[in-house]
Amino acid sequence: MALLSDSDRLKLQEVLAAMPAPVRLVFFTQTLGCEMCLVTRQILDELVGLSDKLALEEVNFILDKDKVAAYGVDRVPAIAVVGDTDPGIRFYGAPTGYEFMSLVDAVLLVSGGSSALEGEDFSDASLQRLAAVDQPVDLQVFVTPT
Amino acid sequence: MALANPHIRATVVEATEFPDLARQYRVTGVPKTVVNGTTEILGALPEEMFVAQALEGLAGRDTGADGGSSTP
Repeated sequence: MALLSDSDRLKLQEVLAAMPAPVRLVFFTQTLGCEMCLVTRQILDELVGLSDKLALEEVNFILDKDKVAAYGVDRVPAIAVVGDTDPGIRFYGAPTGYEFMSLVDAVLLVSGGSSALEGEDFSDASLQRLAAVDQPVDLQVFVTPT
Repeated sequence: MALANPHIRATVVEATEFPDLARQYRVTGVPKTVVNGTTEILGALPEEMFVAQALEGLAGRDTGADGGSSTP
């Protein structure tokens, strides 16, 4: 059963077709005790099916301890949005509603690399502030589906 | 922001699925951004304000809550 409507799927396909570089969604999941893991898998399967530049890699949270540690993930479901490097973008929870569009945005950003930064998104002042950061900055953004 | 600098990590957390985290950071409305577990930004701000506020806490923190100076 498709989660996206036909028109949404078409729009999304167009948007994703413009991806300059491939992106991998690393999906952390477990078989038991995670209701939202199944929902997340369905959403990601559908999303990844819309572009051959988008790939899904599933990691078992219980068994693949090395990968879990490498990506710094501590709960499931989790998605890491990765290009040729890992910029440190994670999504915790099923990407429904608002979070789904944020995930798509993240995919496009990661695909675009640094050229995406020089677009309209950041002012020069912000770019300077960001370049000057030399210590860990952990941003946690809390959202809800509605 | 995470793309702009390798030291920056961004995690989107679905608050209703992880009520323990929502409670820990007293999330009563979204979006709410928590920076390094301490600085809080409520709502969606214009880009320049958001970046400035998110990074503001760093400049003043000489004590280095995350372990001070790091050796490469």
